[in-house]
Amino acid sequence: MFNINYISEIIPSLLSGASMTLQVFCWTIVGSLILGVFLALGLVSKFKPFQAIISAYVWLMRGTPLLLQLIFIFYGLPTVGIVFPRYEAALLAFILNYAAYFAEIFRGGLQSVDKGQYEAGRVLQMTYWQTTKKVILPQVAKIVLPSIGNEVINLVKDSSLVYVIGIGDLLRAGNVAAARDVTLVPFILVGIMYLILTGICTFLLRKVEKHYSYFK
Amino acid sequence: MLELKNVVKSFNGKTIINNLNLKIQDGKILTIVGPSGAGKTTLLRCISGLEKIDSGEFLLDGQPFDPYESRDNESVIGVVFQDFQLFPNLSVIDNITLAPINVLHQKETEAKERVQNIIERLDLTKFVEQYPYQLSGGQKQRVAIARALAMNPSILCYDEPTSALDPELRNEVSKLILDLKENGITQVIITHDIEFADKVADDTLTVKPVD
Repeated sequence: MFNINYISEIIPSLLSGASMTLQVFCWTIVGSLILGVFLALGLVSKFKPFQAIISAYVWLMRGTPLLLQLIFIFYGLPTVGIVFPRYEAALLAFILNYAAYFAEIFRGGLQSVDKGQYEAGRVLQMTYWQTTKKVILPQVAKIVLPSIGNEVINLVKDSSLVYVIGIGDLLRAGNVAAARDVTLVPFILVGIMYLILTGICTFLLRKVEKHYSYFK
Repeated sequence: MLELKNVVKSFNGKTIINNLNLKIQDGKILTIVGPSGAGKTTLLRCISGLEKIDSGEFLLDGQPFDPYESRDNESVIGVVFQDFQLFPNLSVIDNITLAPINVLHQKETEAKERVQNIIERLDLTKFVEQYPYQLSGGQKQRVAIARALAMNPSILCYDEPTSALDPELRNEVSKLILDLKENGITQVIITHDIEFADKVADDTLTVKPVD
């Protein structure tokens, strides 16, 4: 069953699928982390209407399946004249969805830093931004890292949902080969590749966490 | 000298400080004592500019002075918080030099040099590279004092300096505070510990809740 020739035959298509998976993963991480920071600032802002709108957004994004959001953007929106190409539709859905999760994580992080830290900065004549940058953000980063790590691992696997809108990712490449050749091997290879991807992420996240272990 | 004239502060319609007049003499120690809820901490927060007063005025060396608005690095009111509020992500030396570097725009080497005598006086030489979580309560307090002194404050305020420490350390704190007085530092101390207050005070203000 594990015929080396067969494996080397299907590996190129699996690798090209994996590269699509990685692209979706990377752009989503970049886009949703940045958007998440801004949403989190909105969630902790004192301007109530802003806070309410973003809370509603977070509720919507976390309260409905990512799969539904993906289908809605790619198959639903064209019926009202808004058309996104597959890849763009996938990125949009993933970024909007993951940003909501990151926003909640950052909000929790920001709120768990003692307000007294801002006051300590203030009586030392530091500005709000100086205190935020030098004192608050390093503490927030340390607090949120484990939760961010969880979402990162989830995203590697969630990226396989793009399959439903016909994007050729790793899972789809495996599925195509398995259906064509009537064998389990491609599925097993796909599983191994996901394990490698999540393994690399776990390793990198540990490194970053270790970097922040110098303080408590 | 810092002078408070007719200072009023209320929260949600409840008056906490009612027409307070107070003089804080240079180089002296003023203790503010009174029961919980009497507004001791509120008063300290007003003096240090963390709260805005409703009415009244402050005079620093005869000049009108608003601690809430002041960004003048020559008239800093230093604060040693009850729970110290050291920056956990920074080493002791970085805690102490953060403001001199960022606010007074000193170079890192210059800032470290300038705080050297403060560090020696507070017996912190051994700890400069450590992080706050590695320190005992008394050591944390000394770092908090050093951090405040590094900004060369006109007045140094303490909120309940003995409350977070073991009882045995009380004498050490009073010794330290008297030692700083020898060095000409004006200090305001909020405490409910009358015995401690008697030991260090030149003047005492007794506050009670406004009826």
